[in-house]
Amino acid sequence: MQIDDADRRLLRHLMADPALPTAELAERAGLTVATCWRRLERLKERGILRGEEARIDWRALGWEVEVSLRFTLDKTNPRAFDEFISAAREVPEVIEIQTFLGQTDLRLNMIARDMQHYQEIYRERILALPHIADLDALMLVATIKESAELPL
Amino acid sequence: MIALDDLDRAILRALVEDASQSAGALGRALGLSQPACWRRIRRLEEAGVIAGRRLDLDQAALGFGVTVFLGIKLATRGRVSLEDFERAVTAIPEVQVVQHVLGRFDYRLRVTARDIADFERVLRRRVMTLPGVGQVEANVLLSEERRPGPLG
Repeated sequence: MQIDDADRRLLRHLMADPALPTAELAERAGLTVATCWRRLERLKERGILRGEEARIDWRALGWEVEVSLRFTLDKTNPRAFDEFISAAREVPEVIEIQTFLGQTDLRLNMIARDMQHYQEIYRERILALPHIADLDALMLVATIKESAELPL
Repeated sequence: MIALDDLDRAILRALVEDASQSAGALGRALGLSQPACWRRIRRLEEAGVIAGRRLDLDQAALGFGVTVFLGIKLATRGRVSLEDFERAVTAIPEVQVVQHVLGRFDYRLRVTARDIADFERVLRRRVMTLPGVGQVEANVLLSEERRPGPLG
């Protein structure tokens, strides 16, 4: 799938500020408003620009603890991944599920109100998940950089 | 910390799915007037609950087919300041996320690359040359799912 320099320019400005109105975006990308609008529509039709999502800051809602739980699963069971993932979806505090090729098979990003709450969820919900062979936890101290931007 | 009612939670759930919808359209779906819905969104933004918006892009279609998570342990803690490492690592365009964590690693990075060869270039020339970098673990992302979280 090919995108040209004008698309790239447009996406660069839009990635930096997804809330930009089309007129402002057109000006920054050096395009007319009509061309800019047409190109955006085209990127959406081709499935390149799928949409825009809001990011929630859970700390602002009183969820102070964020932990990255990294699992190795018992791969002798062919259903291990599927069963683990469907069980993990039932835990409301899990905000991300990722699978990997590497030492870690799977990662859950989970939040908790405080350390005591984290301990409760960890003991009652996380350790009860099926097919765990091993796990470790990385506790988030600070997010230094977070961007969805691509070096286009 | 602000208190949320059911409508606030419904607004958040909707905006996490699709942040491009207008206050009018969202209000109609939830039985709110446009101004009432707009005021609620404003309040969530001002309280920092909506921390921002991000584009949902088909990264592979844009030529970025590989995402790798790196766990990095600093080798020379004390001698090289964390600030030096953080300043250098956030300047790498392929590094999208930098998190300071507690556990087996000191930092967690999300790296985007065109392909595995491109990732190897970023790893060798940019990451392994960072000040103070020690043990590095790489896991290639296979799938990723964002969950709504505890929004009721």
